[in-house]
Amino acid sequence: MVPNQNSVCFRNMHLAATTRHTLDAYRSLGGYVQWEKILRERPDPADIIEEIKLSALRGRGGAGFPTGLKWSFMPRNAPGQKYIVCNSDEGEPGTCKDRDILRYNPHQLIEGMAIAGYCIGATVGYNYIRGEFYEPIQRCEEAIREAYAAGLLGKDIQGSGVDFDLYNHLGAGAYICGEETALLESIEGKKGQPRFKPPFPAQFGLYGRPTTINNTESLASIPVILEKGGQWFLAQGRPNNGGPKLFSVTGHVARPDNFEVPLGTPFRDLLELAGGMKDGRALKAVIPGGSSVPVVPGDVMMDVDMDYDSIAKAGSMLGSGAVIVIAEGTCMVKVLHNLSHFYMHESCGQCTPCREGTGWLERVLRRILDGKGRPGDLDLLDSVAGRIGGRTICALGDAAAMPVQSFLKHYRHEFEHLIEHGQSMAA
Amino acid sequence: MSFRNAPLAVIHDRDKTTLFTPEIREQIDIWIAKYPAEWKQSAVMPALTIVQDANGGWLTPELMNDVAAYLDMPEVSVYEVATFYGMYDLEPQGRHKVCVCNSVSCLLLGSEELIEHVEHKYDVRLGETTADGRFTFKEVECLGACRHAPAVLVDKTYHENLSPQALDKLIDELE
Repeated sequence: MVPNQNSVCFRNMHLAATTRHTLDAYRSLGGYVQWEKILRERPDPADIIEEIKLSALRGRGGAGFPTGLKWSFMPRNAPGQKYIVCNSDEGEPGTCKDRDILRYNPHQLIEGMAIAGYCIGATVGYNYIRGEFYEPIQRCEEAIREAYAAGLLGKDIQGSGVDFDLYNHLGAGAYICGEETALLESIEGKKGQPRFKPPFPAQFGLYGRPTTINNTESLASIPVILEKGGQWFLAQGRPNNGGPKLFSVTGHVARPDNFEVPLGTPFRDLLELAGGMKDGRALKAVIPGGSSVPVVPGDVMMDVDMDYDSIAKAGSMLGSGAVIVIAEGTCMVKVLHNLSHFYMHESCGQCTPCREGTGWLERVLRRILDGKGRPGDLDLLDSVAGRIGGRTICALGDAAAMPVQSFLKHYRHEFEHLIEHGQSMAA
Repeated sequence: MSFRNAPLAVIHDRDKTTLFTPEIREQIDIWIAKYPAEWKQSAVMPALTIVQDANGGWLTPELMNDVAAYLDMPEVSVYEVATFYGMYDLEPQGRHKVCVCNSVSCLLLGSEELIEHVEHKYDVRLGETTADGRFTFKEVECLGACRHAPAVLVDKTYHENLSPQALDKLIDELE
């Protein structure tokens, strides 16, 4: 495999699969050069943050918030403990990119977390990895051991006076812990129920201390941004949408996979990379950013570019970069029921509109799917979804509501047909 | 959500050296060392996982109480955690756990066929254990293996791109 000069998180993918995750392999690509330079030169963290701002790196977990701006919210000179936390609780249906960073390129994440810690004044970092990721956990544990042994982590690292300790923390099966304040609660040994905001984590985070939480892919991008410059990263993508991004292209495509391509790549090119449609079927719909975002009809999607702003214009969101491709012949009622079942199961139960509403959505969709739908059911779905969205502490409520509203908007006739005839149009 | 942010420290009148085995205590202690000294409760999730693994894959109330005592936290807080997170089981399990991902990317590529196939062939519904105790059959939320859907987690190993026949083979190899 030929190295791709423009890759970031996957820049080691051309190396031998048996060893590419090791410290030696990472060093061979210039790994830890940026961290050691920081240790040697002790630059002003504000300058690094400016470079990250220039790069227009936006949070890769789903919200797309500018990473540099987030770091600048931290009171880095305030006394007391501060934390950097990596959100490796990947679980948004359709998303499978962070798992590959964790198991194939863990050192780049470690270097990114160390640099982030330096910039925000945090001397301790936690990498929250979902509990089911047994292989990635093992790889990350090995990588941290290697980094300590090589004198890249710990106290007074390489005589620089800089301290940075890094630990993995494991989840145990709760989608909601991908919400950053639920994740903090979880590290504190509690149920993962999101906190009301404000105060935001930069003021009151882990153990009540200032904390920044970033996604795995965001943090793993940092060493390359520093190596090649914020301007280089920005130029890979589009204004306000810096860099390449990992897209997990899954569903009805010939070769589902993760692709690291520049933001702004046309969807049709991405589909081509994934080998086109599976078995030559026609494209029906695309969920372009993970199961939480609105569905987009296939013909519209064919003209959309894959960046935050273009997808927003098409009425959806880039989210986590999980591109779920759905072929003609698929029953959209069934797909929506699957999504609603997921959100019902994963609602933490804290806010009434979400706890009760997600159950209503699932049950009404179940009865429609079973051919027992009633005339009024679609209005009921619309109404319940509308009463969840915007009325909950965290975004899970919106994530449950948005698919319902968008499926009804674009595929209402399929729901009507099923209610009227008791069987799916797709059958 | 908690408005308080102090650890829920409670002292249990129990000798910690009588809890679990020395090996388990050593494993839990590795986790405790990762967190601030007053936040031993941060180790509750890994502790439950360790204890569950050593108990054939499930947690008894006694084991949860022992974890509470070991970490100086209220028993109810341990129950809250054990009932909230999907990877803890509070009932006896089969010798293995076969967990089928049925989230959207797996659904599009045949996870329902896998589920129906296993239900028929091994006469077990989702959430149940086979009559011979060989495995407990579960549906789990997105495993994050969408690019090789459909995916199944058997104990601690991911198996991807599975056909019903390939899954049969895996199950038949289980002790």
